[in-house]
Amino acid sequence: MLEHIELFFKSIFIDNMVFATFLGMCSYLAVSKKVSTAVGLGAAVIFVLAVTVPLNWLLDQYILRDGALSWLGPEYADYDLSFLSFILFIATIATMVQLVEIVVEKFSPSLYNSLGIFLPLIAVNCAILGGSLFMQARDIQTLGLAFNYGISSGIGWFLAILAIAAIREKIRYSNVPAPLRGLGITFIITGLMAIGFMSFGGMLTGGDEEATTPPAQQAEITPEIEEEKEATVAMVEITNEKEK
Amino acid sequence: MGLLSKKDQKLILDPLADDNPITIQVLGICSALAITAQLKASIVMSIAVLFVMGVGNVVISAMRNIIPSKIRIIVQLVVVATLVIVVDQVLKAYAYSLSKELSVFVGLIITNCIIMGRFEAFALGNGLWRSFLDGIGNALGYGVILVIIGFFRELLGSGTLLGFKVLGDPIEKTGLYSIGYENNGFMLLSPMALIVVGLIIWVQRSRNKALIEEN
Repeated sequence: MLEHIELFFKSIFIDNMVFATFLGMCSYLAVSKKVSTAVGLGAAVIFVLAVTVPLNWLLDQYILRDGALSWLGPEYADYDLSFLSFILFIATIATMVQLVEIVVEKFSPSLYNSLGIFLPLIAVNCAILGGSLFMQARDIQTLGLAFNYGISSGIGWFLAILAIAAIREKIRYSNVPAPLRGLGITFIITGLMAIGFMSFGGMLTGGDEEATTPPAQQAEITPEIEEEKEATVAMVEITNEKEK
Repeated sequence: MGLLSKKDQKLILDPLADDNPITIQVLGICSALAITAQLKASIVMSIAVLFVMGVGNVVISAMRNIIPSKIRIIVQLVVVATLVIVVDQVLKAYAYSLSKELSVFVGLIITNCIIMGRFEAFALGNGLWRSFLDGIGNALGYGVILVIIGFFRELLGSGTLLGFKVLGDPIEKTGLYSIGYENNGFMLLSPMALIVVGLIIWVQRSRNKALIEEN
């Protein structure tokens, strides 16, 4: 249970898809002009991530990884199909998105109308593929954890796009230097928000909770992110000052 | 450039500046930000995207009349995914440490919106040669921005370029470090990538007023 809670908060705040790993940046920038559309896209992302990450976890566990085919019989135990993971993951995602679209259209036309335009876009949203690839890279252990990871990173993405959309609605009334208007200022604000989110880094690294993180998960974190973590502790003070 | 007509030249040169995929079209941001803490990674990423875009655009352009429009996204994804697997395997074979460093971001070339965006916007409606040039041009425009970001982040963040200590040795206090210069480790963290892109956009739009947005 504890690791579920930990993974949940870790994926929302510390490893936030937008602010820590820059996933789904394109749609994050393109669809964040209005809060209402941002909410629609965010909800669609949570939904699709919650479906595709567990599915891809099953694929990874029982077909792709080294020795995963051993359930077929001992002679298949040596196969390592992990080089196929890109194409299988993206195929699952594209099919699932199509399926979800059809099902939602059939059973809930009102939901379809609000998500409608965004669903096809999501197939090419890097947050979705990124979710599955990070799931593979971080070696998530059980199906439940994979589901949890999908939902919580979706929520993290949702929070990020909601926040930036709200800021962009307000910023229309401020006097931004002309060349920075639109895209430029959005980038810089996102940067500042990312600095703010770094302060969450101390949440799980402080105290004796560190010992509860499964070692396999820690080992797979990319060097860049690890570096970030060490620095975040030092960063907390600076960020707090800035936010004041 | 004598080989190319005026129109073809435009295809290559436009994306380098006034129609840049990253700063103007807002495509392919994710990878541009995530892997640019080092110049070397940025260059390798640019080359990978150059390959995928050049070949991918040609393939899609060749198939443009036989792809049913309803399933074109899936067809495009399959083409890109195949090319990316090739890139990934080559990187794993010849530059293993680098491929570990890029981790999932090689795979994310598949959903790099530059590629899908150019397939949709150009390759589906144009001939082979022009699509090829468009792919190369946009990949170069992407690469230019990546190299600029990588250059500044590595130089200011770790005082090196491509791993060479161009500013002197921070431990033995030679070069710039002898007069009290310090590396700004903050440049290596993710938020600074966003801010550097923001500044690049600022510079570019100050130089060319036509690009300024209304809001």
